[in-house]
Formats: sequence, C-alpha cells, structure tokens
Amino acid sequence: MRFSGLRVLREGLTGNKGWTPQWRDADPKAEYDAIIIGGGGHGLSTAYYLAKEHGLTNVAVLEKGYLGGGNVGRNTTIVRANYFLPGNSEFYSHSLKLWEGLEQDLNYNVMHSQRGLINLFHSDGQRDAFARRGNAMINQGDDAVLLDRAGVRKHLPYLDFDNARFPIYGGLLHPRGGTARHDAVAWGYARGASERGVDLIQQCEVTGIDIENGRVRGVQTTRGAIRAKKVGIVVAGRSGQVAAMAGMRLPIESHVLQAFVTEGLKPCIDHVVSFGMGHFYISQSDKGGLVFGGDLDFYASYAARGNLPMAEHVMEAGMALMPMIGKARVLRSWGGIMDMTPDGSPIIDKTDTQGLFIDCGWCYGGFKAVPGSGFSFAHLMATGHHHGPAARYRLDRFRTGRGLMDEEGTGSQHNLH
Amino acid sequence: MRIRGKGLVDRSDTVTFRFDGRSYDGFAGDTVASALLANGVRLMGRSFKYHRPRGVLTAGSEEPNALVTVGIGAAAEPNVRATTQEIFEGLEVRSQNAWPSLDLDLLAVNNLFAPWLGAGFYYKTFMWPKAFWERVYEPVIRRAAGLGGLSGEPDPDTYERAFAFCDVLVIGAGPAGLMAALTAARAGADVIIADEDARPGGRLNAEVLEIDGEPGHVWAARAVAELESMRNVRVMSRTTVTGAYDQGTFGALERVNQHRGGRGDGAPLACFWRIVAKHSILAAGAIERPVAFQNNDRPGIMTAGAVRAYLNRWGVSPGRAVTVFANNDDAHRTAQDMTAAGVRVAAVIDSRAEVRSTAEYPVYRNAQVSNSQGGKELESISILVNGKTEKIQTDCLAMSGGWNPSVHLTCHMNGRPTWRADIQAFVPTEGAVPGMTTAGACRGSFSTHGCLADGVAAARQVLDALGKKAPDSALPQTEDAPYNLAPLWAVAGKGRAWLDFQNDVCVKDVKQAVVENFRSVEHMKRYTTQGMATDQGKNSNVAALAVLADATGRGIPKTGTTTFRPPYSPVSIAAMGAGAQGQGFAPQRFTTSHRAGIAAGAPMIETGLWYRPSYFPKPGEKTWRQSCDREVGHVRNAVGVCDVSTLGKIDIQGPDAAALLDLVYVNTFSTLKVGRVRYGLMLREDGTVMDDGTCARLGMTHFVITTTTAAAGTVMRHLEFVAQCLRPEWRGAMTSTTEQWAQFAVAGPRSRDLLNGLLDAPIDNDTWPFMACGDVSVLGVAARLFRVSFSGEHAYEIAVGARYGEALFRELVARAEGLGGGAYGMEAMNVLRIEKGFITHAEIHGRTTAFDVGMGAMISATKDCIGKVMAARPGLMDRDRERLVGFKPTGAVKQLSAGAHVFAAGMEATRENDQGYITSVGFSPSYETYVGLGFVKSGPERYGEVMRVVDHLRELDVEVEICPPVFVDPEGRRARG
Amino acid sequence: MRLDCPICGSRDRREFYYQGDAVLLERPAPDAGAAAWDGYLHLRANPAGETRDLWLHESGCGAWLVVTRNTVTHAVESVELASRVKEGLR
Repeated sequence: MRFSGLRVLREGLTGNKGWTPQWRDADPKAEYDAIIIGGGGHGLSTAYYLAKEHGLTNVAVLEKGYLGGGNVGRNTTIVRANYFLPGNSEFYSHSLKLWEGLEQDLNYNVMHSQRGLINLFHSDGQRDAFARRGNAMINQGDDAVLLDRAGVRKHLPYLDFDNARFPIYGGLLHPRGGTARHDAVAWGYARGASERGVDLIQQCEVTGIDIENGRVRGVQTTRGAIRAKKVGIVVAGRSGQVAAMAGMRLPIESHVLQAFVTEGLKPCIDHVVSFGMGHFYISQSDKGGLVFGGDLDFYASYAARGNLPMAEHVMEAGMALMPMIGKARVLRSWGGIMDMTPDGSPIIDKTDTQGLFIDCGWCYGGFKAVPGSGFSFAHLMATGHHHGPAARYRLDRFRTGRGLMDEEGTGSQHNLH
Repeated sequence: MRIRGKGLVDRSDTVTFRFDGRSYDGFAGDTVASALLANGVRLMGRSFKYHRPRGVLTAGSEEPNALVTVGIGAAAEPNVRATTQEIFEGLEVRSQNAWPSLDLDLLAVNNLFAPWLGAGFYYKTFMWPKAFWERVYEPVIRRAAGLGGLSGEPDPDTYERAFAFCDVLVIGAGPAGLMAALTAARAGADVIIADEDARPGGRLNAEVLEIDGEPGHVWAARAVAELESMRNVRVMSRTTVTGAYDQGTFGALERVNQHRGGRGDGAPLACFWRIVAKHSILAAGAIERPVAFQNNDRPGIMTAGAVRAYLNRWGVSPGRAVTVFANNDDAHRTAQDMTAAGVRVAAVIDSRAEVRSTAEYPVYRNAQVSNSQGGKELESISILVNGKTEKIQTDCLAMSGGWNPSVHLTCHMNGRPTWRADIQAFVPTEGAVPGMTTAGACRGSFSTHGCLADGVAAARQVLDALGKKAPDSALPQTEDAPYNLAPLWAVAGKGRAWLDFQNDVCVKDVKQAVVENFRSVEHMKRYTTQGMATDQGKNSNVAALAVLADATGRGIPKTGTTTFRPPYSPVSIAAMGAGAQGQGFAPQRFTTSHRAGIAAGAPMIETGLWYRPSYFPKPGEKTWRQSCDREVGHVRNAVGVCDVSTLGKIDIQGPDAAALLDLVYVNTFSTLKVGRVRYGLMLREDGTVMDDGTCARLGMTHFVITTTTAAAGTVMRHLEFVAQCLRPEWRGAMTSTTEQWAQFAVAGPRSRDLLNGLLDAPIDNDTWPFMACGDVSVLGVAARLFRVSFSGEHAYEIAVGARYGEALFRELVARAEGLGGGAYGMEAMNVLRIEKGFITHAEIHGRTTAFDVGMGAMISATKDCIGKVMAARPGLMDRDRERLVGFKPTGAVKQLSAGAHVFAAGMEATRENDQGYITSVGFSPSYETYVGLGFVKSGPERYGEVMRVVDHLRELDVEVEICPPVFVDPEGRRARG
Repeated sequence: MRLDCPICGSRDRREFYYQGDAVLLERPAPDAGAAAWDGYLHLRANPAGETRDLWLHESGCGAWLVVTRNTVTHAVESVELASRVKEGLR
C-alpha cells in the first residue's frame, strides 16, 4: 500500500477500514541467501538495501524481541554529519545524504527535520578544534558555519550568556543537522524490506552460528535451525554475545547511556544544541518534549538503565547552559546499551569466517548511521567488497594501529570515550 | 458543590486564588481541583490532540486532564496537576493548551477531523513536497502540540539536593505504609516514611471507614503523630519517591515550598533527595482505572475513588445527580457515601450480574454505560441494559474498572510485574528490587485490614533481616470487605472510547494498530502514543493492554507490559540539577596570584577549572595583541613573570620511585642525577601521547613531576594505576601537591639578575646550570628552584608554599618591571612556546604519537615503558602519518588560523586532498609575522615545500612554507646561557 | 549505585572512577606478541553477567579496586584492593 495524504483522506472517509499490515510477519524458512541477525535500525536498513540495491530478496531478519526494540527505539534522535576524521567524514556524509531522501525512498514520514545543530565552545582552544572540524566538514562537501558569541545569541537567545561558569565563545553550526522520529525509521525500513520480499521474523532468538570448515552454514534459533549462505551480525548491545557464537572476541565493552524526556511543552528550543563542556545535548520533539542526554554512566552494563549521578549531572549541565528549562519536568528516563569500541568508531567488516559479516561498535552514535550503515553493510554482504564510505571500519585497525578514528582524542583503548 | 459537614479542609481558613483571571475562594487543605469543583468549575483543560474539553479525572498525581500553569512571569510552572497543587492566598492558575481560551478553543476543530487523525496518520502523509516538512508541516504541528509553555526566562527559584540514610524507607503513608513504619520504628529501626501527599494517610483520608473504632483519618493522624515523636523516624510528606536505583538508592522529590508559592522564608522550592536505605517497603497503594466507552472523557466523568475522595476529604460533591459505573464492589462505596452525605445518586450501573444491594437508589445489573452526552459538561449517560438503551440524567459519573496496584517502583530495575487473574491486575514480582518488600494495595491487598496486616508482615521481614525484634502488638480492627471484580475494559460500540485521555488514544486506535501489525505491546504503544502522556499510562496502560490482548487473541499475560521507568512522577530539571545554575556548575580554582592579576586589570580565562590571566594590559594598549606583543618582548629581551601553579605537581617518594618513573615515561629517570630536571613524555598504553612535563630529582628517592594543567588528574590516576595495579610490590608513595606550591616562571635574559636580588644565596651558571633544581631560600622563605624553560629563554621556575604565593608574585613582578620586563599572561606564553616549537594539548590532542611530534627517538630502546609496545604498531609508525611541522606564510596573505587544513599547492580543498591541519598559531613579534604549528603528512620530509592552507570558516586561503617547528634559537643557546 | 570500599566502607558511585575490565592487571611482557597485546588492550569478553572490573576510589582513599559485579543486575559481589589481587596473580 502506498501512503499519501490522499490515502489518509480516503480512509478517513470510509471508516479507516482499508489499512493493512505495514509489514508481514514471516515464519522462518529452511534456508535463505542471507540472514541478518538483529531487527534494529541497522539490521532492517541492511535488509532493505540488500533487496533494493542488490536484488537480494531471499533474506531473513531474525529479531529476538520486537522490530526496532533496541537502540533505534531508545535514542535522542539526532541526525548529523559533523565528523572530521577520514573514514568518519565520508561515511556520515553519505548517511546524511540518504536521510535527505529517506521519506520519498521509503514512502514513510520519518520526520527528518534539518533544524540545525549547534556545538558550543568555551575557549580559544575549543574554537580551533571546532574550526578544524568545520573545515573538514566543508572539505567533505557538507556544511558548517563558525558562529561567534553574537551569532550564537541570535540563534539561541535563551542560553546563559551573562553568568555562565564556562562563558560561551561561539558555536559550530551544522545547518543540515537535526532530528528524526526514531521509531518511524525502523518501521519505514521494515515496511520497505517486507514489501520487497524480505522475511521479518520476530521473537526468534539466535542461539548458535553454524560454521563448517571456516564457512558459515546458518544459524540455530529458538524457532529452529535456519541455513544461510551469508550471515550478518547487526546486534548493537549484544554484539559480544552473538560474536562469541562464532568464536570471536570483539574490541567492545558495553556501557549504559541514559536519556531523558520532559513533559510536553510549547515550542521553545528550535535547534539541536550540544554543550560539550557539560556533556549535554538537547532538542525538542515535535510532540513538545525536551529530549536530552549526556555522557555514559561509565561502568560496563547490560541493564539498559542508569543511575542518579549521571542523571543529575545531565540536569546540572542543562541548568548551567539554559536555566530557562528549570521548570520543565523530566517525564521519563531510560538507558541504552552502547557497543563502545576503543577508538569510538564503528566496525563494518568481514570476519575470519567465510560468509560471516559483522556491523557493530556504533558507540552512542548509531542512530544517524542507520541509513549509511545498512547501505554499506548490504554492499559488503552482497558484493564481498567494502563500500567506499565505510571502507575504514575494519576490525583489525586496533591490532595494526592503521586507520584509528578517535574523534574525541581520548585514546584508542577502552573506557576513555 | 461543597457539602456541609464533610471533608478535612479547614473551613475557618478561607483562601482566595485565581483561575484564568477569575477569583475563587477555597479552604486551607484544598487543591486547585477540589476548590474549583467546589465552585462548580468543571472544565479545567483540553486534551492533547483533539483539544477535547476536559475536567478532572482523578484526585491524585496521576491526573491526565487537569493540567494547569501555576504562577506568573519567570516563576510560572507549566503542566502542574490541579489535583496536587494546594491552594494558597494569591495563587495564580491558568489553563493551558487552549487558544484563545479554555472555553472557546479553536483547535477543538481537530475533533471534527478525528477520522483523519487516527493512530500514526502522520507517518503516512506530510511528505510532499519534500521541502515542506521543515518549512510548513513541522512548524504547524509543533505549535499545535505541547501542553503548557515555559516562560523562556531563567528559573528564578532556588532548589536543593540532599542525601539521607536509613534502615528502612517506607514508600507511601497509607494504612499499609503507616503500619509498616510504626512496626519498624517501634522496634528501633531508623525509618524514613515518604508520601507524595501533603497529608499522610492515603485512602484513609478519602474513605469513610473505622480503625479501632475511630475514623480512619483520625487513626492515620495519630499514627503520624507517634512517628513524628520518635527520634529514629523521619516523616516526609509532599515527598514523592521517584526512582529505585542500585544498592538501595532512591531518588525522592520533596516539594518544600510549592504549596506556599515558593520564596519568602528562604526554603527552597523543592529538594531532590538521594535516600540510601538498607531495606525498603513499597506501600504505594493503587490507582483506579477508568472504563472505556463512547465519550467517556467528558468533564464530570471521573473515577469512582476520586469522587469519594472529593466528598470525604475535601467536602465537595462533583455533581448533584451522581451515577456510578462499576465492575466491582468497591465502587459501590461511592454511591453509599454520596447518599449518606445527602447527594442524590441517580443510578448505579454494574456490569456484573450478581450484585447485592439494598440501597434505595436504582442499581442496574448486567448493565453498561455506552455513551455520554453533554457539551463541556456531562448532562446524561446512555446505558445498555437487557439489550435496551436507556438514558439517565446525571452531571457526574463515577466509574471504576477496578484498581491497578502501583507497581511502578518495582519495575525501575527491569523487574516485570506478575498478572493476577483474581484481581485482573499486575502485582509486583517479589525480589524485583533488591531489599524491597511490598505491602498493601500495591501488592493487591485491597481491604484496610489486608493493608494493615501487610504492613506488619513487611516490617517484620525487614526487622528480621536487620536483626531486630518486632514488637508484639495486636493488629488494629478494621474492615475487610471483599473486592469482587469481573473484568470490564471497554464497552463494545461505535465511536471513540478513550483509553489514554491526555494523548487522545482510543480503543479504535489500538485496534487499528493491530490491523497494521503493530501487535507487540511496545509497537502499539509507540504507534498510538498510548501511555506516553504525562501520567505515563498510570490510568490507561492495563486497559489498553487488555484491548490489545483481545484484538490479538493473545491474552494479557502473554501480551506483557511496557516498562515503567523513573521518575514515578515528573521531576523538574531545576530540582535534579539544583545548584548548577551560573557559577555553581563547576568548582572555580584560583591561583595565589589571582587577586594581583585582577588588580593589574588582567582578563581571566578559564583553563579547565582554573582561571588564568590572559594578558596584563598597560595604559595606552588598545588590543590584546599590543599587550601580548609587549609581554613576549619582556621575555625575549628582559625578564617576564608568569604564574604556572596550575601545572599539576606530583610528589613521588620511595626506593622504587625511579623505577616507577622509568615505566611511565618513555625516557629514563633512574639515571637522572639528584639536583637535575629532565623533560619527560608519557604515553597511554595505546601508544599515543598522554602528557608531557618535567621531572625533578630532589633526592635519591624523591622526585617531583609536573603535568600539564589539563592532564593533572589523568596523570595522577595513571600513576596510581601503574603503582597499585601493575607494580604493587614496588615501594613508594605519591601525592598531588598542585595546590600546596605556588610556582612562577621567571623567564628572559635577565631572569637570573632578578632572582639574585631575591635569593638569600645568589646563583650563577655553574651552581645552577640549565636543568638544575634544588632547595633555595627566597627572602627567608624556603623555596624550590628549577632551571627550566617553556619559552626557550634563560628561565627558572621558583616554587614557594602557597601561602607565600601572592607576596612572591607581587615581588617578582615589581622587580621584573624594574628590569624592563613584567608579568606575562597566557597569550604571550602561547606565542613564546609556539616560536620555540614546544607542544601543548593543541598538539598532543590524544591522537598523536611520540613519532608524530618528532619525539620517537626519546622512547628508550633499553627499557620497557607504558605504551611502548603499542606505539610500535605498524600503523603508528607509517612515515606518511601527519607529523609535526611549522608553518610560515610566504604569499600575499600573512594571516594563519588554527583549525585550517593543508593541501598541496594548487590542489582543491577537498577531503581527498587533505594533507594536514594547523593546531596553533601566534603572531611572532620577533619575526613580525604569524607562525604556526601543525601536522602534515610525512611532515619533516616536506620542509621547504610551499603548500596551500585553507580555512573555509574564516575565509582564509594562504600560501605557506613547511618548516621545522622551531622558529627561535633552534640550537637552544639562550636557555643555557 | 554504591560500592563497599575495603578501606572506607559503603560509598556512593560519585566517589569512584571507572577503568574497565580487570584484565588490565595482567599486562603482557613487552615481547608477548601482537595478539597478546591486542587481547590485553582491545578484545573483551564483555560478559552479560558476572564481570570483574577496576575502579579507583578517587574521591576517597585513592585505592584501585577490583569489583566483582553483575553487568545485568548491577549487583556487587565483592570489592577487593587491586594491589592484593595483583599480588595474588604472581
């Protein structure tokens, strides 16, 4: 079914009786050309692009819970391409371009809103670092504007300019940065993949990966064994456990990142604002809630929930930066499980097992990568070759030291990001 | 309508407040909701999507409809529940989400478009034309959405945060909580009992029942008085326990002053508590659930328990002809209480066939309410009985679909509640929160007797664990009525039957979600927004689940639940972030020379938590550059003084101190002679540079190292890690002495002249050569002197106890000025070090190796050190890595900027062509041009190459020559002179 | 979240700095080879369940601690001084 305003109008007039399932729930077949383990944003987009770009439709997505139930359904919805290191620059640039056509491509309103993202800086040194970043973004063909204090005030008059502990020197504006409706992204890809013949199988947990003579043969699941020529692992938050089924240890530690939403409010914040000094970022959802977050809780965790110290720190940062939000009330807090890699950049690569591929390590930045990751991973799985923009996301970079992408400069070892 | 003789409000204390500009009277003890109902005001809000007129649904913090804005100006607080806001004299209340007024809300037109605004409609449209989303659709949607509005002004109120500790935290002060607290407290346990209500007692304040022969609310007040008299108990009213966290930590919000309008007596508006409890007893009660039927959202339709609460607690009848719609015995109390209070009960409609009643009002058995009529107020209801529809005139319908235990806190640590078929509700799963037991209605014990018995049992369990003996006392006598519920979630029929009142989620939306395959409970929630309103589904989730379970045929237990997450009820950002506004966000660290710097007019800049002088302006200087150039000149030509106390200083002593330093630095320190300083470079274990600094050997087993200002904490942690985790057998200890010593750089050709005027024993080049260190006496004060240079000049750093810092600084500056020099700040220091090619964290930014910064050879080949193995990875030794170089403009444009990127001459400025970047730039007065440091691929191999530098952001396109990163005195003669 | 520091007693998480898997105690010899070092610094078992990790009681006594705890429930099994654990490894 094609969605359109006209369709909504017609259905409304006829009692909304004509709607049909947005995707098909499939039972597992005995064999597929390719299996995607993980029905989150990245898994669903991988399946979609396998079908759309490579004509591979004998594909199953295996999801142990419900589609879109992982980090794609519990993030702060920010979409941006403001990276500066080679490898990341081209990847996120490509991903943003996919975002910019996503509604039309998927025929699904994911509410991608390019409202502009502003990274604030608070010293000359930070300004220079952001200038390096902004210039790299422009070199890549993306957009960036260096704002001075007055420029920031014009966009964000409600910040504390007069009494801030860390005075605002300026900001790097990324006009094409913004937000999207996170769940809709998962559903849009699910619908698109399903329409192209992909089997979406929920409540189907992978319990083993069958490998013979160094080649993947299929998977064991709670719904039986399924054979496959190729298997892709795309299970952020559980990467270590699934990779272990193939005898792999990954350069990943799992951490909890909290996020928060307030009660609905009339429009008051029109951009995405990032306050690096306080590890705080915020935007306002179309529904009116302020959506914001901060840094990791900083302890390995699979609990998908955090603790008060970081929650309070995030509120402190909010009060320091924009004291006008004081009377907004936090309605809900939640946590996601982050695949933290040593250098803070992801992995899209083959493994030592023939036919087994892995897409993981998105740290706390995976949402904006959903289109790009799926596109590049599908390319790798379908062709066996690394897709250009994602060609540096190799597993072996930590061992060799080649192509480390440490955007934060905190080091390529664990727990520094 | 106020009912004579009923309620616990203080009728001798009239309180006047305003709602939407009109003045109303209420009594002390009233909430906004009870006072408005007493004044006959039914319409209190508008729904989120359809802007339907709404009255109050509940009498508690779960209220989804009656959300109002309290206060005016900057202090205005949106989305306050009218049901919990206590009235006070002068209180200003405004309705919200309605325009131009609550009564006439133009967006109510949405209600007419309801057929097109069902679940998820926005995912299917607003896609054409593409550019219209940000420009047209989204702004319109955003303006229509939202509830109340923020003032846009900084929050003017004060807030606090505090810690509390106890043996037992009792959450909820209803019958179960009070009984549990009494039992635990009488046994001597440290007890905190917290209740969100202003008046402890829970349903005892809202019901007509007796405990030990006295009214329930009297028993509750007596229990509270006893608890408050005990030194081991803290009773916290108006305190909502908001979240359960690890190891017995709870968040709690105490509304200290909100019931008085804040401000005035110095108390904060609210206090956010972190309560650490060895054990906890959840006695949070239960929340009554509405029944879904057509137009069940009209003002005047309320939960049955709320109607009782308004009557019994506040002496208000929400109507003159009350009807009750129930599927359980409990709701019949509403009719009984109303009748007893003299309010007419028009009918009781019970969905069950077997209902015992001897009441005089009509009771319809096997009957259901199928619709309601009225405009902005309920006028009548349609009921379906014996296959026929009847209409009953009523202005208040009290409905009850049963009660949902408040299991929320037991789910905060990922616990899933358990379905109990007999009460058709979820109850807590034991052990879901370590150390927590549950008591009373929140675990499905709905009679007062059951609550009291639960309270005692829970307290006994906790006392056992604490090793305390429970007191022997008889359980108070009270009612133990059965509950007798038959499930009824939604009345079949056409039209819209509301589940989530605020978000306008109706039964048909859930059904449509199922049709569209959003069958998982999480999908249904996210697609319809069911349970995502400000009550987080407290009123509606279970009914919505039941509708979903019915539509999918799965049954409720298999359908499962969505997750309740903190906070239990919303907490303001200001309360959880109390104290962080303005300067409170982070500590401020001041050097001992801070006042002297301020007195000299130096602008202070933040370096981490420290404040350091940017430059010291002199009369006639109009720009910072003029001052900076002059200060650079002081150091190059005479003598300059700079406070360097912010550098981290770590004192390391012990027989194995030298071995430790050998392990953490790339170069060797065990060979350093006593009385000598050496520059040291530290790597992280991943082979990248962590920090640099100097290390002075003051004795055979005594070293003092310096770190950069930024990395002081990191280095201290690292050294302790190496000492404790890698080499615990080594003997030694270390401590940070950053704040104990005030340290000043004295730099320039006349630095020794200056010092010799101060030192009690003069020095010369033989006694104190380059890189010498040791104890000295300055004007009679013990000091340390290090001959080190961060400027390339003949220079020293002199350190004294912090208490002498300011005096020494003033003395040094005065004498420097006498020698033609003066104080210099960060700007000059930066230029001096750039001219000399000394690196800072602009260059060692966490991605560079010793090899990259030209110090690869410093890594000792003869010993191990942290980071050595990983630094030798092939990727970190590639010759074409970006490596440290200097930049000099050679073309027409003489400007340079840090953050610019470098390209081969004539090449386009694209990522593919990127050759490097500039990290530091300064105007060199010595050369009268800008010079820069930065990184270029294969750096040192490209000295002499002319390249292109582009800074798109500052619109600079500059021709530069790549050169060695040392612009001044490359041979290092001056520092040794 | 709280940890029982063997020296200071039960303290709030705010006082502690987290460093990650206690495998960091077992630093390989310089010549152990690339695989050993890759394993030491990068590759992690990353268990969903019991784990041992390193914490520093930074705002307390300054002791590095080995904490045995559960990454799914956050329950803390034991807290030991890292120096003792390291000495036990020898």
